[in-house]
Amino acid sequence: MAKKMRILIAKPGLDGHDRGAKIVARALRDAGYEVIYTGLHQTPDQIVSTALQEDVDGIGLSILSGSHDYQFKRIMELLREKKMDDVVVFGGGIIPDDDISKLKSYGVKEVFTPGASTEDIIKFVQENIGK
Amino acid sequence: MSLAQNALSGELRAIAKILTAIEDEREGWIELIKELHPYSGRAYVLGITGIPGAGKSTLTDKIITHLRRENDSKVAVIAVDPSSPFSGGAILADRIRMHEHFLDEKVFIRSMATRGCLGGLSKKTVDVAGVLDASGFDWVVIETVGVGQDEIDVVKVADTTVVIFAPGTGDEMQAMKAGIMEIGDIFVVNKADNDGAEKLERELNAILDLSASRRKGSNWDVPVVKTIGTTGEGVDKLISTVMEHRKYLESMHNIRLEKNISRNKEEIINIIKDKLLREVMSRSTNGTLTDLARRVALREIDPYTAAESMIKGVS
Repeated sequence: MAKKMRILIAKPGLDGHDRGAKIVARALRDAGYEVIYTGLHQTPDQIVSTALQEDVDGIGLSILSGSHDYQFKRIMELLREKKMDDVVVFGGGIIPDDDISKLKSYGVKEVFTPGASTEDIIKFVQENIGK
Repeated sequence: MSLAQNALSGELRAIAKILTAIEDEREGWIELIKELHPYSGRAYVLGITGIPGAGKSTLTDKIITHLRRENDSKVAVIAVDPSSPFSGGAILADRIRMHEHFLDEKVFIRSMATRGCLGGLSKKTVDVAGVLDASGFDWVVIETVGVGQDEIDVVKVADTTVVIFAPGTGDEMQAMKAGIMEIGDIFVVNKADNDGAEKLERELNAILDLSASRRKGSNWDVPVVKTIGTTGEGVDKLISTVMEHRKYLESMHNIRLEKNISRNKEEIINIIKDKLLREVMSRSTNGTLTDLARRVALREIDPYTAAESMIKGVS
């Protein structure tokens, strides 16, 4: 049986806008991925613990509250602590251009901002996760 | 240490990796099962099933809380959601209701997609439950997909099967049909604060009265328990009823053994079917499956002749 890719879609932080996360989850499903969806208000610890138990290949983080710097940084730290560096992390949301390079320096592979199409996201996932 | 040894010592990452290996049938997956099997047989397996939206995940969340309080038990949860028959993808979202337990080191939650299996579980759920059992969890709770009427595979793995109903989901005749009505060891009327809960409870009891005498060799009277999943009301009663059923099963040692023998028979048959199918598919020289299927579609041959020809062609 072919390896099935599993992706966690999570929403760290306190904003309650999960439409984007749901659209991405749905698009990934339609592209053949198994998407673990955990809902709103997840802490970095909860996200990494879920990623570990579900043994996911990638994590997509959606954040619109402005706290991306802390959240992404902490998640990357925790992944390293648990020796889960092989998990590809990508993100999306309202994130200023200036912050994107900073997030990437923590190890976040890609950041999608408003206007990105689901095709772009799927393409990224296909090219970068489970290779 | 090997992956299996790490799992036996309770390391969650190792357990998670083994579950993936089994689900994907990666190299060495059968050896992993063989290595862990001797350590299994200690966990108690609780099956949670019911129609979509009956409140299975919410109740499962509350059940975890109660089981954790009980002697500090270690609890593993397998939450099954459907795969798309078109893309093969899935959205596994049962966890949304369980995030209270994400940071509890003694709770392990794994979502599984059905991957084409139609019985309410996935093909590998039994094996995954076995690994979690061997890894030292005291309880393995299996939440099925939302089921209709005859997706009853959970009964093949659970010690106690709980069937969850909610008011407003169909009349009495729905409940009299064969299938999930026959597999419950405990019935739950969830959302008991909603209109129609009492009526549903009465109807379920009436149906159980009719069928009780027909449960061969069983002295267990299937109870109906009312719960409100969102507040947790009635969950203590549900857990104590599960404990009673467990005690009942343990007192009927022979019944339990018989049950396990018939389950294992079925499991062995399934493994044989699987292996033989693979052999036939990989070794038949009488044309490929697609070729034969095309000939059936064109009415040149019938499907039985096609299958026989593949089997005969095994070299």
